[in-house]
Amino acid sequence: MPDLLRLCTAGHVDDGKSTLIGRLLYDTRSVPDDQLAAVRRASERHADGIDLSLLTDGLRAEREQGITIDVAYRYFSTARRTFILADTPGHEQYTRNMATAASTADVLLLLADARHGVRDQTRHHARIARRMGVSAFVLAVNKMDLVGFDEAPFRQIAASFAELLPDAQRIAIPVSARLGDNVATPSTRMPWFTGATLLEVMESIHVETAAATAPFRMAVQLVVRPAPDFRGYAGQITSGVVRPGDRVTVWPAGREARVARIVTADGDRAEAQAPMSVTLTLFEDLDIGRGDVLASTPMHSDPRFAATLVWMDEQPAVPGRPYLLKAGTGRVLAEIDRSLALNEVADAGVTVARRVAYDSYADSRHTGSFILIDPATQFTVAAGMVNHPIQGDASATSRMAVAERLTRVAREAHTDTQAVEAVCRVLEEVL
Amino acid sequence: MSLDHLRSLEASSIHVLREVAAECARPVMLYSIGKDSSVLLRLAQKAFYPGPIPFPLLHVDTSYKFREMIAYRDQVAASLGVRLIVHTNHDALQQGVQPFAVGTQRCCGLLKTRALLDALAAGPFDAAIGGARRDEERSRAKERVFSVRDRHGQWDPKRQRPEPWGAANTRLGAGESLRVFPLSDWTELDVWRYIEAEGIPVVPLYFAREREVIVRGDALIVIEQPFVPLRAGERTQRVCCRMRSLGCSPCTGAIRSTASSVSAIIAELQAARSSERQLRLIDHDEDGSMEQKKREGYF
Repeated sequence: MPDLLRLCTAGHVDDGKSTLIGRLLYDTRSVPDDQLAAVRRASERHADGIDLSLLTDGLRAEREQGITIDVAYRYFSTARRTFILADTPGHEQYTRNMATAASTADVLLLLADARHGVRDQTRHHARIARRMGVSAFVLAVNKMDLVGFDEAPFRQIAASFAELLPDAQRIAIPVSARLGDNVATPSTRMPWFTGATLLEVMESIHVETAAATAPFRMAVQLVVRPAPDFRGYAGQITSGVVRPGDRVTVWPAGREARVARIVTADGDRAEAQAPMSVTLTLFEDLDIGRGDVLASTPMHSDPRFAATLVWMDEQPAVPGRPYLLKAGTGRVLAEIDRSLALNEVADAGVTVARRVAYDSYADSRHTGSFILIDPATQFTVAAGMVNHPIQGDASATSRMAVAERLTRVAREAHTDTQAVEAVCRVLEEVL
Repeated sequence: MSLDHLRSLEASSIHVLREVAAECARPVMLYSIGKDSSVLLRLAQKAFYPGPIPFPLLHVDTSYKFREMIAYRDQVAASLGVRLIVHTNHDALQQGVQPFAVGTQRCCGLLKTRALLDALAAGPFDAAIGGARRDEERSRAKERVFSVRDRHGQWDPKRQRPEPWGAANTRLGAGESLRVFPLSDWTELDVWRYIEAEGIPVVPLYFAREREVIVRGDALIVIEQPFVPLRAGERTQRVCCRMRSLGCSPCTGAIRSTASSVSAIIAELQAARSSERQLRLIDHDEDGSMEQKKREGYF
């Protein structure tokens, strides 16, 4: 069982999410006295004592508007576990932030108001989290004090939660974040509920961590060459184990090599595993650079693949326009075959200008994921998850529409000056 | 929390440092002499081993830092053989800028924020690596690991790039620069546990001993600058204390403590009920004041 649990939250602005997080921090004694005193002072406008939500909303606009805009990371621990909690905005406008938080989470903590049930927005976020590889879901049915601590509404909400995520690990708990019932201490007002408190669930929930048992993968970040007789490949092992003598393949070239040494500042190692950052040397003298992946089992490198994209930019996706795709440490020009609007999650075909190594997202969250960058604004515009490679005649399918257009306009020009002008016009148009 | 958790934090931070070195044209590492900088420096040594640290260090010196800090800084730079750039806003100092003359906000603005932006422009540096952590302060909890600043060095919290799977987007538009925070996911306790595990030397100000201080509310002000005024009825006294966070001597209070070793500090933190930056006066000059300073270009 891991001693670190990464949680991410989902819930509507009015479901009391900030209050619940504040309650968790407060009841685990994770709030320093001076911060608590500051919140007490700021809570004077509130009739019912301390406003726990003020512990988490970090930006001034958030406190003024009473909403959470951006992901905030909270760090706290109990005797049993350390938690990194990504507190995400519930509003639809910020779905991209929710997807970002879910991308590294083990558990999604959902919130529902006992009077309203699981809202559409929260359902949407739960489905995104499921798509992003979250396997365990905890539903806190909040504001039980406002329904008289009655069992019936809780049962109803828990049943619809089960329908929402039929194939995932699910736990539902009735709570009152404001009063503390079933958050860190068992409620005496809901004797009909015999399950564990939210904190007990967080401390004990089991999540699969495949990183150490999966096949070895390490993307090369840097080639370290401090002296003529040393050539090391520095990177972070994203899955599996490596030992000196192991056979690895360098992708996307597909060349084989054997590991000579595992070099670290703390001495050579007889074994290294995910998520360690190491430097490997090989017996063979190969042309390996940043973006290459060292792997113990075959990887995909077809230049076309099917992916699920979460669009994160206000400017919609434009098919046929060049984007920069960053997968692991590799960066390549890419195109997608459909349009997407901000916060839209959809399947798309992706074509890259030259081969890069990747896995399917179902096999690896690390080597199966990528981001897209708009070269015009340099903004990160999409999070992508590879579904499967699309095989075919590489020369026919990998040709990118924009590259073809540029080639054609340049060829059709009569002079170099005309060619430059024509190419610039096309670039201005697509960017 | 086991050593494994520390080692996975170490691995992620090394990953971030290597991404900066691989993708940024002219990075620099901010070195503020404190415990977080000391950890960052150790991580940089590890990240590029057996090669040297491929970027210089930059210290923005307000001239009001504790004297022990400066002595320690020069000793560290010499022993590691790294290039250390020290930048000071001499113009402002000549005009008599100090916290009691112009107020803490304006003093920080000129001696830290302005000086930092000038030093980055002088480099010129396209990426500044710093030791800030998300658990320090609530606006920092919203900070990215790779955080973009506009041409004026300013932070726009609403235009932050998403970082799914921790993916680093180091691309910059015209005039933009990056701030990179490899210690984002570390807590204060993680930092001290790592210092203990690695035997990293730190400035002796962190360790408790008797010091000559003014007792002012919860804060103990160590007297180093002649301009710190004694209020009516105040006098200096000897108190056993230590610094929990290092800044400028007039604006950073010590805490009462008997923790004179790293292990004693860890034990003290586990029992602590107040936050690390509580006695950094500049964080509290108004509501949301760290956010405001960050928007203006403060690290």
